[in-house]
Amino acid sequence: MTTRTKNTLATTATWILVLIFFFPVFWMFLNGFKPESIASSAHPRLIFTPTLDGFRAAFDRGMQGYLINSLNASLWATLIAIVLAIPAAYALSIRRVKNVEGALTFFISTRFMPLAAVVLPLFMILKTLGLLDNIYVLAIIYAGVNLPVAVWMMRSFFLEVPFEIIEAARVDGAGLTREIFRIALPLVLPGVASAALITFIFSWNEYFLASLLTSSAARTTPPFLGSFVDGRGQFLAVLSAASTIAALPVIIAGWIAQKQLVRGLSMGAIK
Amino acid sequence: MTMTDTDTVPAATATDVRRVKKGQFRAARGLLAPAVLFLVLLTQIPFLVTIGFSLVKWNLLYPQDRGFTGLDNYATALTSGALGPSILATVLITALSVILSVLFGLLFALLLDRPFRGRALARTLMITPFLVMPAAAALIWKYSMFDTNIGILNWVSRSLHLPVLAWSTDHPLLTVVTVLTWQFTPFMMLILLAGLQGQDKGILEAAQVDGAGTWRTFTWITLPHLRMYVEIGVLLGAVIILQVFDPIAILTKGTGGTKTLAYLLYERAFIGLDVGEAAAYGVVTVILTIIVATVALRTLFKVFMAGGSR
Repeated sequence: MTTRTKNTLATTATWILVLIFFFPVFWMFLNGFKPESIASSAHPRLIFTPTLDGFRAAFDRGMQGYLINSLNASLWATLIAIVLAIPAAYALSIRRVKNVEGALTFFISTRFMPLAAVVLPLFMILKTLGLLDNIYVLAIIYAGVNLPVAVWMMRSFFLEVPFEIIEAARVDGAGLTREIFRIALPLVLPGVASAALITFIFSWNEYFLASLLTSSAARTTPPFLGSFVDGRGQFLAVLSAASTIAALPVIIAGWIAQKQLVRGLSMGAIK
Repeated sequence: MTMTDTDTVPAATATDVRRVKKGQFRAARGLLAPAVLFLVLLTQIPFLVTIGFSLVKWNLLYPQDRGFTGLDNYATALTSGALGPSILATVLITALSVILSVLFGLLFALLLDRPFRGRALARTLMITPFLVMPAAAALIWKYSMFDTNIGILNWVSRSLHLPVLAWSTDHPLLTVVTVLTWQFTPFMMLILLAGLQGQDKGILEAAQVDGAGTWRTFTWITLPHLRMYVEIGVLLGAVIILQVFDPIAILTKGTGGTKTLAYLLYERAFIGLDVGEAAAYGVVTVILTIIVATVALRTLFKVFMAGGSR
């Protein structure tokens, strides 16, 4: 075989495998536009007259309310996590505390702590305080879940700031606040984007805590989707439409920020 | 898990310490404190309360009958026969999903490391399964892929005259592992692809010049280079999948050897209303996670300290 045929073969194989892998997403998207009878048929069809009935049905089930809750929880969680992570990461990279390694271990060990280990007391405390089913409480908890990753990532970005810049600022008599927010922070904005993206993705997609700590007013999208499990009759089109809407924000964000995604997923380890 | 005293071991060198004034450490502590306090309140303290719960007899159905019982809940957990299978399910699901997604991830990383037309598009499509909301992914697989009547997998089986499978009831473990592998393959692929692209091209060319074939270059140079990336992927993936809940709640509801610790705890606490016993499962989950996480931490530190200390 010539190198050229080899290359063509490898490329063809790659595309076939990629398309097989992507197929469930494609099928979800397609089913969302099918009439229910075609979507739930035993004979899969690629050609059909598209309809928005599935999407209408999803919103008839009150989906916009769940989406707004998800957006609220994810945005507030991201904001809180970033605001706390910036100074903490700064204290672990540029203006250092004495025991950097100890503090890093502390952060990461809380990230590795299973939610199962903390959900019971959280549930009991929130129940006692009447704070169950509150979207802001959920946002605070999500911020806590994602804070360690945000700190680690921001730190890896701060470490890349040339120390001369910081020193020059100090010589010029810049205070700590100015040093962080005016000098260092503008240099690590991609890091902020990375940390924000990861926090947003994990908060938007979170199911376990959302299904236990919310019930109606603060219900987010994942448990709403979960309620389809007990559905009767034909519901594949509406389920696919709802899943498409629910998944789309994170899919688009991830597509746009692929570079940030890799660095975020590895907590800053991979550049 | 453990709170480390931030003052005991100086991380910086002795000369550094002398150079930096005491007040600067205080300022740095002030920067760090809010984040630490926030996490202590949200995770450390609740975990201590969980340990407390696990030592108490407390079923919400019998609120009067409540009191300290020592390790009875753990004894119940061990003797009821639920704990062993649950640990097995957790370990099996985690190990299989991680191993399979690393293998697929490596395959895709190698395929996408070659230049070809539309590579960026292929990569973009490939990462999508990881971005799909896990609850949506589990539901889509359950109804449009695995379903006996309308699922694509069984349509393929029927078309090929193969037996039709009731995936989530006949092969629950395989069902869960399939969905998790599908979601985590892109995760591994991204990490491994970064590894491949970080390879020194000069060394690869030198190997070619020296007459090492593609396979030998791969096993002798690429694989050892990828080792660190495989480690990161395996450990981060394992820590996430260890506590996975969504696909189990949606695909199998813990039947057929898929009742992981996270699901067992949920069942005991929120269906069985037995706070004490559920808390015991929570503590066991933490112990299991610590074992994995300790290894993970060591690796991560190695990677980080090699890369970016100042």
